Order: sequence, then C-alpha cells, then structure tokens
Amino acid sequence: MSYILPPFRHPDLPTNELGFARKDYEGALSTLCAGCGHDSISSAIIQACYEMNIEPHRLAKLSGIGCSSKTPAYFLGNSHGFNSVHGRMPSVATGANLANRQLLYLGVSGDGDSASIGIGQFVHAIRRNLNIVYIVMNNGCYGLTKGQDSATADAGSVSKKGHANPFTAINMTALAIEMGANFVARSFSGDKHQLIPLIKAAMNHPGFALIDVVSPCVTFNNNVGSTKSYDFVREHKEATSEFDFVPEHDEITADYAEGSSLDVAMHDGSIIHLSKVAKGWDPRNRFSALSALNNAEQRGEILTGLLFVHPEGRDLHSVFHTVEAPLNSLQEKDLCPGKGVLAQINDSFR
Amino acid sequence: MKQITAVNDFVVRFANVNGTGSASANTLFAKTIFRMGIPVTPKNIFPSNIQGLPTWYEVRISEKGYLGRRDGVDVMVSVNPQSMRQDVDAVKPGGYFVYDSTKPLRADFFRDDLHYIGVPMTELCMQVFSDARKIQLFKNIVYVGALAVLLDMDVAVLRDTIAAQFKGKDKLIEANYQALDLGMNYIREHYEYPIGLRLETRDLVGDKIIVDGNTACALGALYGGATVAAWYPITPSTSIMDAFEKYALKHRLDPTGRKKFAIIQAEDELSSIGMVIGAAWNGARAFTSTSGPGVSLMSEFLGLAYFAEIPVVLVNVQRGGPSTGMPTRTQQADILSSAYASHGDTRHVLLFPDTPKECFDFTADAFDLADRLQTPIFVMTDLDLGMNDHMSEPFDWHDARPYDRGKVLTAEDLDNVEQWGRYLDVDGDGIPYRTIPGTHAKKGSYFTRGTSHDEFARYTESSDAYVRNVDRLLVKWDTAKNITPAPELYQDGKRSPFGMLFFGTTTASALEAKDELEADGLILDAIRLRACPFDETVEVFIHGHESIFVVEQNRDAQMRSLLINEMNINPAKLIPVLNYDGMPITADYIAQSIRTHFA
Repeated sequence: MSYILPPFRHPDLPTNELGFARKDYEGALSTLCAGCGHDSISSAIIQACYEMNIEPHRLAKLSGIGCSSKTPAYFLGNSHGFNSVHGRMPSVATGANLANRQLLYLGVSGDGDSASIGIGQFVHAIRRNLNIVYIVMNNGCYGLTKGQDSATADAGSVSKKGHANPFTAINMTALAIEMGANFVARSFSGDKHQLIPLIKAAMNHPGFALIDVVSPCVTFNNNVGSTKSYDFVREHKEATSEFDFVPEHDEITADYAEGSSLDVAMHDGSIIHLSKVAKGWDPRNRFSALSALNNAEQRGEILTGLLFVHPEGRDLHSVFHTVEAPLNSLQEKDLCPGKGVLAQINDSFR
Repeated sequence: MKQITAVNDFVVRFANVNGTGSASANTLFAKTIFRMGIPVTPKNIFPSNIQGLPTWYEVRISEKGYLGRRDGVDVMVSVNPQSMRQDVDAVKPGGYFVYDSTKPLRADFFRDDLHYIGVPMTELCMQVFSDARKIQLFKNIVYVGALAVLLDMDVAVLRDTIAAQFKGKDKLIEANYQALDLGMNYIREHYEYPIGLRLETRDLVGDKIIVDGNTACALGALYGGATVAAWYPITPSTSIMDAFEKYALKHRLDPTGRKKFAIIQAEDELSSIGMVIGAAWNGARAFTSTSGPGVSLMSEFLGLAYFAEIPVVLVNVQRGGPSTGMPTRTQQADILSSAYASHGDTRHVLLFPDTPKECFDFTADAFDLADRLQTPIFVMTDLDLGMNDHMSEPFDWHDARPYDRGKVLTAEDLDNVEQWGRYLDVDGDGIPYRTIPGTHAKKGSYFTRGTSHDEFARYTESSDAYVRNVDRLLVKWDTAKNITPAPELYQDGKRSPFGMLFFGTTTASALEAKDELEADGLILDAIRLRACPFDETVEVFIHGHESIFVVEQNRDAQMRSLLINEMNINPAKLIPVLNYDGMPITADYIAQSIRTHFA
C-alpha cells in the first residue's frame, strides 16, 4: 500500500531486550495494493522478529519473483535481502546458508514462485533440510501479470474473469510433509494472533520450516466463487489447535485450558504449546497430519495452525559435517594447503 | 614391403571395448614413455556409454615436443572386433597392426601394406588366470608387454610404473608383472624385435608433470580458497568435482575431521548456479563446473549475477554441441553462448587456459578476479584439455599469496565511511564496494535485486539511473581488460604481414603448424588469447597484420565473431580456420588450410 510515511516517530517507543524498537524491523513503504494480504504477513514478520529479539543484521531475507517476493523490501530494512529469479530462491538460500550457518534465513515466496517453476527447488530444499523459515504467501493467482490461476488455485475456484479452474491444486503443506519437512504450518494473513507465534516457532526450528499463508489477492482473486477470498477463507478455515510459542528463556505465564493441550519441546528447550487440539489428530505424527489435511480437503475446509512438527533432524550442515565457523570466515591459512603440499601433488603426476 | 621407421616420433592407437579395464593399461603405456623422458600426449576417444562400445586411446610420441594430435596411426593395437574393420583401415601404409590372435583374423582384414603382429592375448591369460574378469583385465597388460618388446621400451621403468600405480597392493603388482611377461615373452619367441619404431630414453621432460585439466582446475579451486562447490553431473566436467572432493578431503579437514568446504550436488544446473550465487553473495568463494548444456540452463541466473554484481566462478568444460550434441567429443563451441550468456545487455569475462598449469593458475586467479570485478568469471576449457592427460609445467604457489577479496567493507570500514552506496563508483573503475550479510549491526545492509537499481541499491524505474548503471558496467568491463591474463605473443615485433590467432587446446597444433609452414618458407606471426575482454595487445596485433588466421574448433568461427563484435575490425581481415568434427584439431589440418589460402 503506498502512502507517505510520517517522518516523526515517538522517541519513547518501547524497545525489545536488545534495545530495538519495532520500527527498527520495518522496511520501505509497500507498493502492493491496499488491503493485500501480503502486507499483513510482512507486519507479522516484523512483530515476530521484534518479539524474538532478532538482531536485524543476523537475518538474511531472500525471495524469488512475484508480488510476494517484493515484500522483503517492505520489512527488516536493516537486514540484507536478496530478490533472486523466479522460483529459485531456495537455491540461493542454500548457497547462502552453506556460506554462513550462523545467520537466520527467511525465505519468502508465493504460490506462483514456489508451486510452478520453483517446485523442484522447493522439494529439494526440504529433502536437504535446509535451515530456513520458508513462507509461502499463497493467493492462488498471479497478481503482477493480472490474475491468472496459479498451481495452488483449487479445482473449481472461480477467477475474477469468471472461469472455474479445471486443474487439481498443489497442496504445499501436504507436499512438504510428504517430502520430510519437520515443521509445517498453515495460516491466514488475516489471523495475526495465529501467524505471529507460528513465525516465532519456525524461526526457532533448526531445519526447514514451512508456513503456507493463505493471503487473499484483493485485486484479482477476492471475488465470489474464489476459494482464496477473504470471505471464503474466514468462513472455511478450521484451526487445528490454538497455538503459542514460548521461547526457552521465558516463563510460561499464560493459562491454558485443561484437557486437550499438548506441549512440544524444541531442541533448545523452548516450548510449542498447543491447546484445543482437534480430535483424532497428532501434530507429531506425519501420517496423522496428512490424513487430517486430506479429510479437511474433502470437507472443503482450510486447515490452519501447526500441522506437523518433529523437533529433531539434521540440517544440511550436520549432514555435510562442516566446521562450526562460517565457511565465509575462513582465511588463507585455513584454506590453502601451501607450496609444500603442492610439490607432493606435482610428484604424484610424474 | 614398406616399413615405417622412426625413433620417438610416431602414433600408437589402442582400440578397446569400453568398461574392460583398458584405460589403466593404456595410461601405463603413456606414463612409461613420459618417465623415459620422451614427450608424449595421450588422448582418449570414448563413447557416451558405460560398457560395451568401442573406445580408442591414442598416444602421440614426439621427440620434438609437439603435443597436439597428429593425423595417421603408425601402430594399431586392436582388441575390439566391433571396430576392427575401421581400425585396419586407419593404419598408415607400412604401419603395424597388433591384434589378439586367439581367434584367427578375418581374411578380409589383411592389407598387403601392413605388418601384422598376432599375439594370443586371451589364450595366454587363460593359461595363467582363472576367472573371466581377470582374463579380461590382464589381456590389456599382455599387449603392453608385447609393445614393450616391439618398441624397445625400458622395461625397468615400465615395471616401476606398475609398482607405483598399484602401490601397497603387492598381489596385484605381481599379477601385472606376470601378464607383462606373457606378452614380452611371446614376442621374443615369435617375432623379430624391435620393429622399425623405437622408443629411446631421453631427458626431454624435465620437471614437467602429466595430468588432466579437470584435476588441475580442481586444485586451482582448492588453492584459490573455494569453500562452496555446487554442481550437477555432466560430461566432460564431472571429474572436476571428483578431484575437488578427493583433495579437499585430504587437505581441508579440521583436526576433528570436520570439513572446511561444502560440495553440494544440486538437482540441476538452474540450482547449482543459484547456490554459487547465494554463497558468493554471502561472502564465501564458490564455484561450479559444467558444460555447454549446463551454461544454457544457468543463463538467467548468470544475467542476475552480472547485473547484481556477484562474484561467480564457473568452469565450462566444452563439448560438442548443439543440444546434447557429442557429449564425449571436444569442441570450442560455447564461446559466444558463454560470453553473452543471458538476456539483455550482458557480457562475461572468459579465461582460456591451454595447459593443466594454466587450468590451475586461471581457476585460482578466477576467484580473485571474480571478487575484484564482482561478476561471473568463466574458465573456458574443453573435453580435450579437461579429460585427457597433458604434459605441463608443474603447478606452483607462493605461500605469501593473499586472496584478493576485492572491495569488501568490514565493520570497521563501515564505521568510518561517510557515504556508502552498493552501486556507487567511488574509484572510477566501475567497481563499487560491497558488504557481506551479518557484518555490521547498523550499517551496510542493502537489498540485492535483478531489477533496475540506483547507486544505493534502491529500486528504480528512472531511465537516467538505469543508463548510469549499465554504462558503469562497461567501465568495469574496461577495467577487466587490464587485470585478466594478457595474451601471449610468439615473436618480438613483426616478422610477417600475416598472423595467426588461437587459444586453448588449439595452441599445441597451431604452433606445430606454424613451424611446419615456416619450414616451407611461409612465416606467420602468432598470438594466443588468454582472456576476453580483449586488451590492447590483441587490437594492436590484429590492426598490425594484413590478414589473420583465426584457428578454432567450432563451425561458426565464434571467436572470430567475438573479436569482430568486441573490437572495431574489418571482418575480411580475419580468415577462419575451423575444425569441428569433435576430434582435437591437428597441425596438418591447420597448415593445409592456410596453404590452401595462399594457393
């Protein structure tokens, strides 16, 4: 949404533990359409990073091409960002992560970017358990090219031009669970209450963490008959549970209802707290999660919340057995075997 | 009957079935000649197949040190019935045909101008070895033994070479010696030896090494400080990553065994180049190795790396195109597709090594150049250079050599700098200063993008800002001319109104042709390109000669086009000499083409 940013900010804005105010996590003004779901997601990212006490320069944000991929310009202005080519953010993120394992990587993509040209890179990043928070801003259509159906548009969903989509939708969450992702969630751009803790938990997960966020396109896919309009999603979304993320150093203060709650301990001692867990569903069980997704689809419901979590798993660096120090910090003395070794190597070729 | 006679100047070709273990026997033959101090150049001519198809190994021995391929076969060692017809035909009149005589040779394979030397290789092996695999393997050593006596090789050197090749495997060494004796004894008992062709020990090799270009590139990357290698398997580049991994596992582990490198086999080349770009953007030295089809897939990303100014090192081991083309044959046919890879106004720096030594140097240098110029650097080799062994100067490294990381700002620099713009040309060389993610808590972050951006990396659709940016990239291009490897000239001043221009694997044959023509009284000046963009020396050479023969290994005279396009040259001055049959170009072919022009 374009408007003029007020130059004045109150000097006594609250700050987080690191002394950063929320505005330190903001970016440039959004140029997306007024009411775009993506802007709400950007806002949730800003809030999550603020609450998680992220040092902005220790986070790298990467994206592909499309409306969603423009958003990294609109949040975390003090972080390095990389707007790459269509569908290929996962490979750039993989390389970046290999170069420096100590930064936090936030990948932002859309359904056009990740479910079509990018689907190969998407599944391969999951296979490798790349340590990244991967947010898909999913609106079922191509906005920048004026409203064509994307590969996540539901069969039968009607576009603004009045055509019903004849093809099967790709369910990014089910695909990710199937491919072995250990943190898979779905949310709705209009549900900040759910989205912010999900992003926080995802940032804490030591591996590939997908959040598929249904994010209505107000300009091209918010009409009657669309299954990704604000009205449709609000009416059909079904939360799997109430969700809260408690970082390791925080005390648990909230009151949780007895009975249906479930705590999942993360690798560092932080806790994912789920309450009002849907019946017959265990978010720690891959098959239970897939089955719940499948059942919801049959009923025409959009299942949201943390769908599957397995807080273990070896990320790419563990598999590769790389040194703890970032590879980009290694110097000549660490890397170059030197003249003496080269003389021996020469000898082996004589 | 005529009998070809020569000392240390002939060609031996082995005709084998691929997947039968012939490669190690053939290498043993070539290596022994090298160790006898005689210049030698072996070439593998192999199919795109794992097992069962014809494969050839050609060894040129040249006392004069000519290392290009030479037309004509003097000795054929033929153990493949599938190709025997064409193998018989390939030998020069008066030459020698060594074959497995376990089964009688077909009557129509006898030419009356060849010397036939039958050795019952299979039968001899069957008397000593029991299982079929061993018989198949040691049959190859039997013919090496036969050749050793026929050509009067130094048997002690041959045995030492076997011992070195199978060091630590005493049983295997013994078995090889046994097979060797079978071949040697059979010749001694049945034929007059040596034949007209002989090998005499010399001291012409000095401290040279014999190694393939892919291994050399891998070592260049290791020494150049590459930490992230992303790739997708493709012939003929695959052995670069095999070698990089082999040496990195030896020389790049910390004391606890953890790796100071990451090699990642990507899902495709779209991804491998993306990984390299991501790693390089994040401050690691990263590279990929590929061949023409891979570069085609990488093109979109290469445009991003050019425009967003990200250091990338790419080794392109060229093969025969177009499309899948001839994946196991050599060409220099990706010159234009690499120079201008990607849409829009894009151009890339290319390096053209001609020996393993230069493969090593240029790959290591490519990391410095990529960091200094903040752009993709292509190391342009080909199948011939990459996969065949070549005699070369030994690799060298100065321990005091620092990695030149170019204009990268540290946290301290950022504290001291007054105004920083990622794409701001402060020094007038077209190269801006960059920052690595995670460097500074408050300063230096920017948004990298393939969309048009201003000096401060901000998105812009301003025509002025766009033009300023792409024009600055041309200034950078000019800067590249002064820091890339200079061309090599082969004469002082000007000796002739005519010149020849070549690069990469065309060099050895071109220089031999130059000698050949000079012996006929036709003097040519010569220049070898080592990089694009072309520096002033190239321009002066071309403008200073009436006609220049541009020798290259592709159909469309791609280097000629690049020269014309990059410099202001009258196309009529550049006469193409082209070989594109997939086999390494020969001196005779070049000399003949040039003679025809003057006829």
